[in-house]
Amino acid sequence: MAATQEEIVAGLADIVNEIAGIPVEDVQLDKSFTDDLDVDSLSMVEVVVAAEERFDVKIPDDDVKNLKTVGDATNYILKHQA
Amino acid sequence: MSSTNRTVVVTGIGATTPLGGDATSTWEGLVAGKSGVRPLEQDWAADQAVRIAAQIAVEPTEVIPRPQARKLDRSAQFALIAAKEAWADAGYTETSADDGTVDADRVGAVIASGIGGVTTLLDQYDVLKDKGVRRVSPHTVPMLMPNGPSANVGLYVGARAGVHTPVSACASGAEAIGYAIEMIRTGRADVVVAGGTEAAIHPLPIAAFGNMMAMSKNNENPQAASRPYDTARDGFVLGEGAGVVVLESAEHAAARGARVYAEAVGQGISADGHDIVQPEPEGRGIAHALQNLLDRTDLDPAEIVHVNAHATSTPAGDIAELKALRKVFGDDTDHMAVSGTKSMTGHLLGGAGGVETVATVLALYHRVAPPTINVDNLDPEAEANADVVRGEARKLPVQGRIAALNDSFGFGGHNVVLAFRTI
Repeated sequence: MAATQEEIVAGLADIVNEIAGIPVEDVQLDKSFTDDLDVDSLSMVEVVVAAEERFDVKIPDDDVKNLKTVGDATNYILKHQA
Repeated sequence: MSSTNRTVVVTGIGATTPLGGDATSTWEGLVAGKSGVRPLEQDWAADQAVRIAAQIAVEPTEVIPRPQARKLDRSAQFALIAAKEAWADAGYTETSADDGTVDADRVGAVIASGIGGVTTLLDQYDVLKDKGVRRVSPHTVPMLMPNGPSANVGLYVGARAGVHTPVSACASGAEAIGYAIEMIRTGRADVVVAGGTEAAIHPLPIAAFGNMMAMSKNNENPQAASRPYDTARDGFVLGEGAGVVVLESAEHAAARGARVYAEAVGQGISADGHDIVQPEPEGRGIAHALQNLLDRTDLDPAEIVHVNAHATSTPAGDIAELKALRKVFGDDTDHMAVSGTKSMTGHLLGGAGGVETVATVLALYHRVAPPTINVDNLDPEAEANADVVRGEARKLPVQGRIAALNDSFGFGGHNVVLAFRTI
């Protein structure tokens, strides 16, 4: 069953917490991965791979650069999840 | 900055070792004759011929926050912990280069390891095989590169004069400190953070060193396994950790009123030209390095009262070094208290020169030579050539200028001798 927006944000919050140590409550739709959440470019690749597994979605490398905020990633996953 | 023969001093020290999570606890362990060797209790150790190692006293993940730790190879974690301690001990802070307390263009970092990020490399290969290409960590390359520890320490202190990583197996840490001394002596830098680190306690290096017949197999009595100069020595015990010093030009240190532990007098370097792994049995290459040290510095052999020997607890190497000391220093060897601290720390490979420089500098500062433990029956060839400090620590002369050497040798025939003296 496809994940809801709320479930995706919660899932991304867990992932960002694991990778960057940011508290889950700070991971909100309007937050930028690099500017607000301490996710550098290499760690962003980790976030993407973890999100792919968790939400059963493929995120090609070319699309990763468009995922600036938690909201961008959430919308992408909502649209592309299997 | 025209001077090309500037005096170099040690203003900060840091370490994380099998004896303790900092330089003070490490030094206390050394003076007390404590062994850091323990059984390997990991599942993978069960079918190894060698099931002992000198494992770190304080796990780095207890000190470094997890998000940062997961991007650093274990060897870089050790180096960063030791470097932070040394940097603070020298009176600097994380922002000293940013706020102009020290000129970043005049700060360097030289941290070496013998093997580099071997655990990262092997663990990520397991990930590749078990979970596929996509799951290989994007941090793998900066974690496994041998210059990773140096680069991370350089970023921490804000070094812009140069960040370097000499690699010469078990002489790497000493070569790094020697390189740093030269950077300052010749005027390239004013302050250099230098040392060695190693994190190679992993099934592959243990199996490989074990199959070379280089390691002690005294699994029944781990704390007695590392026994340099004892007739029953049967190889080294692998250790892990890091030792780092802050080196500084004497004038830079004086200008800011820094505490000075010792003068870093200089180095002597040579290559055996003999065999890829066997030491030259008469110590000719080591003697050449010692002679180079005397030729290139104003070190007075009469002042040398202590040698932190390479002394890994292998049958051939321990004696070759003592023969070299006798050959170069003659009767002056009689007043040199020779300590084999690997009897307590194990052999940290590329980290050894760093940790043993910390030990050597503290020996001068406190005027105490740590002991060589486990010497139940002193090898007659050791006794004939040198005065080995056995069992308990020994006081060094309380007055006058004294000097000490730290020897490190590595597979490939690399010989590095560092000299320090009181100020």
